[in-house]
Amino acid sequence: MNTRLPDGVVYTETVVHTPPEKYLQEAPYQIAIVNLAGLGRRTVRILGEYVKIGESVTFDSYRDNTPCYRRAGNTKFSDASNK
Amino acid sequence: MRDVAVLGIGKTAFGAFADRDLRSLGAAAVKEAIADAQVATSAVEAFYLGNFAGPSFVGQNHLAPYVATAAGLKGIPCTRIENACASSGSAFFNAWLSVASGAYDIVVAAGVEKMTSQATPRVTEILSAAGDMSTEGAAGATFPALFAMIARRHMYEYGTTREQLAAVAVKNHANGANNPLAHMRKVITLEQALAGRPVSDPLTVYDCSLVSDGAAAVVLAPLSEASRYTSRSARVLGVWQASDNVALEEKEDITVMPATREAAKRCYEMAGIGPNDIELAEVHDCFTIAEIVATEDLGFVSKGEGGLFAAAGCSEIGGRIPVNTSGGLKSKGHPVGATGVGQICDVVIQLRGNAGVRQVARHRVGLAQNLGGSGATCVVTILGVN
Repeated sequence: MNTRLPDGVVYTETVVHTPPEKYLQEAPYQIAIVNLAGLGRRTVRILGEYVKIGESVTFDSYRDNTPCYRRAGNTKFSDASNK
Repeated sequence: MRDVAVLGIGKTAFGAFADRDLRSLGAAAVKEAIADAQVATSAVEAFYLGNFAGPSFVGQNHLAPYVATAAGLKGIPCTRIENACASSGSAFFNAWLSVASGAYDIVVAAGVEKMTSQATPRVTEILSAAGDMSTEGAAGATFPALFAMIARRHMYEYGTTREQLAAVAVKNHANGANNPLAHMRKVITLEQALAGRPVSDPLTVYDCSLVSDGAAAVVLAPLSEASRYTSRSARVLGVWQASDNVALEEKEDITVMPATREAAKRCYEMAGIGPNDIELAEVHDCFTIAEIVATEDLGFVSKGEGGLFAAAGCSEIGGRIPVNTSGGLKSKGHPVGATGVGQICDVVIQLRGNAGVRQVARHRVGLAQNLGGSGATCVVTILGVN
C-alpha cells in the first residue's frame, strides 16, 4: 500500500472550511481528485499551496492510507487527459 | 403488475425541534397519512420506513416497528430501508413494488430523521459516511466537499457560474418562505447568497441544504380500489430506483448522475411520457449544484445548461418547469431519511391544487427525484392526477 504513487493532474478540487469532527483542527484544507497515469483517479489531500483543475501535482507522502500530494512547480498542463 | 395510487399524505413541519423525538415525529406523519387516506389503521398490511442514521444521530436502532407501533400499526411486516439521503425514496419504491405485485393492498411508506440533537461537526461526520469512508472520508471530504468538487468540475466544463448556483438558492428560499411546513422561511437576495460564509469552495452556506428534524408518510393502494377510500388520490405513473458507484473517484464523469438518468429513463418509459410533459418537479437540491445537475439528468435541459435554466427563471413558479416549489431541501429542510417521501407529499399537494400562493398553473403531472449520497442511489417518481 505505502508505495510511492505517480504524479497526477488535478481533475477537481475543493478547500474545506467546515470539517468533520476528526479534522476540526486542520481546516481550511484542500482535497482533490487527481488523475494518475495508469492508476485511474484517487481522492487525495493537497499539502502546501492550493491547486486548480488541470494543474500537475506530485506525490508527497501517505497519512494513514490517504495519499498526500503537492503542487508540482508552476507548470500548467493541458487538461485534455481529464476528459 | 397493477397500477398503484397514493391515497393519502402526511408530513410534519421540518425544522429543529428540541422537544420532539424521532418516534413521535415518525408516528405523527404516519397517523396523518392514514387519516388523509381515509383508511382504517387496521387495514394497513405492511410498513416501509426510510431512515439514514438513527443509530448515529439518536442512538436508536430497530426503527421500523418502533415508529409503526407508536402510530398504532401492530403485527404487520415493518422494514427499515437505508440508502443514505434516498432512504425514503427507496422505502416508497419498495412499498410500490409490494402493492403493484399484488402482495399487499394497503401499504404505508414513510421516512424520518432526527438530526439536530448533535453538533454540526458530528452531523458532518455522520453524513460523510454516505460516501466512501476509506477514501473520501479518510481524506477529509465532507458532503459539501464532494458536491463542491462536482460544482468545480461543472464550472470548468460548462462555464457554470457562482451566480447561477446562487440563483437556485434565491429561488428555493423564495418558495420556502411561503411554505408553512418549511424549516427556514426566509427570502434571500442574490448578493446575500454570493457573500455567504464559505463551507467548501465554491459552495457557501447558502448553497447547502439544512440540517433538520422531520418525517413524512404516504399510503399506497391499488389504483382500482382508490376511489373506495378517497377522491383525492394521485396515480403513480412511474417509479424506479437505480444505482451507481459510491465514491466520486470511481465515476467516469462526476458532472453526471447515471443513477438519475437510469431511474428517469425507466420512469418516463413506464409513464409513456417525456421530460417535456412534466409540469412541476421536486428535485434533490442537497446543494445548489445538485439541482442544476438534476435538471440536466432528468432531461429538462441539455447537459451543461442547468445553470442557465435556473438563472433565467425557467424553474421558478410560472417558469417552463417549476422546480422545488416547496422550497426544496435548501429552504424546506433536509431531514435526510424523510426527504424522499416528503418530496412525494409535496408533489401530491401541487397535484391536488393545495399549494396556496405556491400553486403552479398546470398541475396534472409532477416528478420527484431523490438522490442518495453523491449519486450512488436515485429514486425517480412520476405522479399524475387521478
